[in-house]
Amino acid sequence: MLITRKVEFSASHVCRNPQLTDEENRALFGAAANPHGHGHNYVLEVTVEGAPDPVTGMVLDLKLLKDILNREVVDAYDHRFLNHEVAPFSQVIPTPENIAIDVWNRLHPHLSGSRTRLHGVRIFETPDLYVDYFGEGA
Amino acid sequence: MIRITRKYRFSASHRLHAPQLGERENRELYGKCNNPFGHGHNYEIAVSVSGPVDARSGRAVDIEVLDALVRREVLEPFDHRNLNEDLEAFRAAVPTSENLGREVVRRLKQNWRAAFPLPEPHLESVSIAETSRNTFEVSAYEIE
Repeated sequence: MLITRKVEFSASHVCRNPQLTDEENRALFGAAANPHGHGHNYVLEVTVEGAPDPVTGMVLDLKLLKDILNREVVDAYDHRFLNHEVAPFSQVIPTPENIAIDVWNRLHPHLSGSRTRLHGVRIFETPDLYVDYFGEGA
Repeated sequence: MIRITRKYRFSASHRLHAPQLGERENRELYGKCNNPFGHGHNYEIAVSVSGPVDARSGRAVDIEVLDALVRREVLEPFDHRNLNEDLEAFRAAVPTSENLGREVVRRLKQNWRAAFPLPEPHLESVSIAETSRNTFEVSAYEIE
């Protein structure tokens, strides 16, 4: 069974590869390369896979899931400039692809239980663009 | 692997009418959608693409290249058109969302290599919603 919970955070970023020139960055990323950054209202959907506990009828305690998402992702990302304030984005370009991978890496250790595993993360950068990541090898 | 999904919109009219069937059968089968003068929808399509993240750009697909491909092959020919009258593909096939989804996949696949010369990213699927109540998803693997 799959259970999906949605959270939102707002953050700024700049898409820039420090190994490239300003001109190359502009050609590659367009307006997203503006060095002062720009922002999005990100929506994160986290999907957990598991079987319901026969006693509680629940796959996992949704309050616990909410706490994990808030602690591991929202508290770290919300109202931050990702490149400057959130590891690993001083080294990794904060594209939605890399944000999805980072979110997976943050959540995975906390959602791998005896009854549950992290199935996938979906990041909406805008309502018209989203990225899915199902872990390494998937 | 990362999967990126991008949504696009176009507005078009169509009429559902199978030429192999009689007038009455068509009316019974398609109901209001068989109205001889046609009717329109605000279509939403979602194009899903997969590939590894490129280290140089941090991206799995160049969105501008994808946008340009979809604009040229789908939005420009479909938007504000009568699908039955204006699209060659729907002279032979009824412009249901099923057939529309297949036509969008066919157009994207035929022009994919010219837009994306490398083995990745590849087209994964196209989903099409005639209204927000029904969604039809066509895998890129089911179309030649």
